[in-house]
Amino acid sequence: MLEVILYFIQQLINGITIGSTYALIAIGYTMVYGIIGMINFAHGEVYMIGTYVAFMAISGMAMLGIEFLPLIFLVALLSSMLVSSSFGWAIERIAYRPLRGGNRLIPLISAIGMSIFLQNYVRLGQGSRDIAMSSQISGGWSFGPEDGFQASLSYIQVLIFIVTIISMTVLTLFISRSRMGRACRAVAQDLKMANLLGIDTNRVIASTFVIGAALAAVAGTLLGMYYGVVNAFVGFIAGLKAFTAAVLGGIGSIPGAMLGGIILGVTESMTAAYFSTEYKDVVSFALLVLILLFKPTGILGKPEVEKI
Amino acid sequence: MLSVRDLSMRFGGLLAVNGVSLDVNEREIISIIGPNGAGKTTVFNCISGFYKPTSGQITFKGKQVQGLPDFKISRLGMVRTFQHVRLFNRMTVIENLLVAQHRHVNTNLLSGLLKTPSYRKKESEAMEKAAYWLKKVDLLPLANREAGNLAYGQQRRLEIARCMVTGPDLLMLDEPAAGLNPKETRDLDELIVSLKHDYNVSILLIEHDMGLVMGISDRIYVVSQGTPLADGTPDEIRTNPDVIKAYLGED
Repeated sequence: MLEVILYFIQQLINGITIGSTYALIAIGYTMVYGIIGMINFAHGEVYMIGTYVAFMAISGMAMLGIEFLPLIFLVALLSSMLVSSSFGWAIERIAYRPLRGGNRLIPLISAIGMSIFLQNYVRLGQGSRDIAMSSQISGGWSFGPEDGFQASLSYIQVLIFIVTIISMTVLTLFISRSRMGRACRAVAQDLKMANLLGIDTNRVIASTFVIGAALAAVAGTLLGMYYGVVNAFVGFIAGLKAFTAAVLGGIGSIPGAMLGGIILGVTESMTAAYFSTEYKDVVSFALLVLILLFKPTGILGKPEVEKI
Repeated sequence: MLSVRDLSMRFGGLLAVNGVSLDVNEREIISIIGPNGAGKTTVFNCISGFYKPTSGQITFKGKQVQGLPDFKISRLGMVRTFQHVRLFNRMTVIENLLVAQHRHVNTNLLSGLLKTPSYRKKESEAMEKAAYWLKKVDLLPLANREAGNLAYGQQRRLEIARCMVTGPDLLMLDEPAAGLNPKETRDLDELIVSLKHDYNVSILLIEHDMGLVMGISDRIYVVSQGTPLADGTPDEIRTNPDVIKAYLGED
């Protein structure tokens, strides 16, 4: 009995770990969708670039002989956020802004193009083989009998939880309290009106891309350190999963993206544990279809009611 | 202050506005009237930068405004409302007024995160201004309600308050009395006149409520089928045979 419970707890831990990172990436999709109604398909690539930069920063520091772990992590995280944000900003400026205002399909195509471009740009620069890195943060706690199944909670998982919670809290405070966050919400509700009130909406839109990219970089750094491996194509599947999480929670809703990420992560890990690893994507996407059938606005999305 | 010369706007084969000219001087209430579909709102859309006029000149405070992005036009001190209410429905009443002051406060991300003294000071100034205008339009007790949950008349008043916190010189109101009951229309009447007298704001008004228009306007422009028909004081307009013909038809 104890073993069954421990096994379940273990899946929960694993699911929440992955789910938190999905949630971090999903916020980038949901914020951009909320504000300009487009799906930024290049967002997964921003996450991938974030992982690469974190790896580079970590190896760079190893070469310099720096061993102080918090410093390594902090430098990796910040440099990854900085580079990814620049990419997020540049993508919007180059590939989306000139196309805004036209048919909605056009920026979508441009986003797919941007995604393919970035994948290959990184592949040419970094090579097409997986880049692996030994784990920086190893060890953890185990629970359960010495001779039976032991549930483990590794330090890196704890780090993922903590960093995710901090990022989400900062984001929530930013959106609800700060002046820029208020402008973001206004632009999301009525871009044209915000413009007419003198809000520089281009700047607000650019900041959502920067914020989304920075959070994707946080996820990239964390997941990179968790898995210890990266290639130029990890952004595709991670992006797809995070997009699913955003839709699941209700696209356009930030708490929805957080919830959607966790639900998706836990679903995947449960499926992999109790059913079969091969089926985990099937089940998560089936979940998406079910949600869309029965609650198209997602779990926390509110249907738009037009008052006449 | 605002001068429009020979404004024309063509949508494909339709000439929606044809050679409209108008002037708004300081502290004036100017109305544009005309039958439905006369092109009044199109004129508004051209002035506020929503549309790019096909031809004509629009200058505001001596600056040419056509072709400027709309947020820049509004930063010159011109702000407008729409025929239907366009509030930020899922934000609170007070937030609607704070966000409208966004451009007046510096938006440096870092000073926002660090909450520097100057950020706090500006934020509290914005809050005071918002509270002042809420009181003026009788919405102070509802400050923390979601704007979308207000009654229609309250939403209309909030919209005007939101325009006023941006500190405009010219306020453009597109059918502000539409859907209001007679009592609310009288209040609106008083509010608009007070904006002119107490806050030195000029008002450009599109309105169908003739009682309101005739009562408060300094001058009136009449447009019919996109073409200017007449302009003058309310008395001149009331007795103008062309205007009567356009409104009542010939017999």
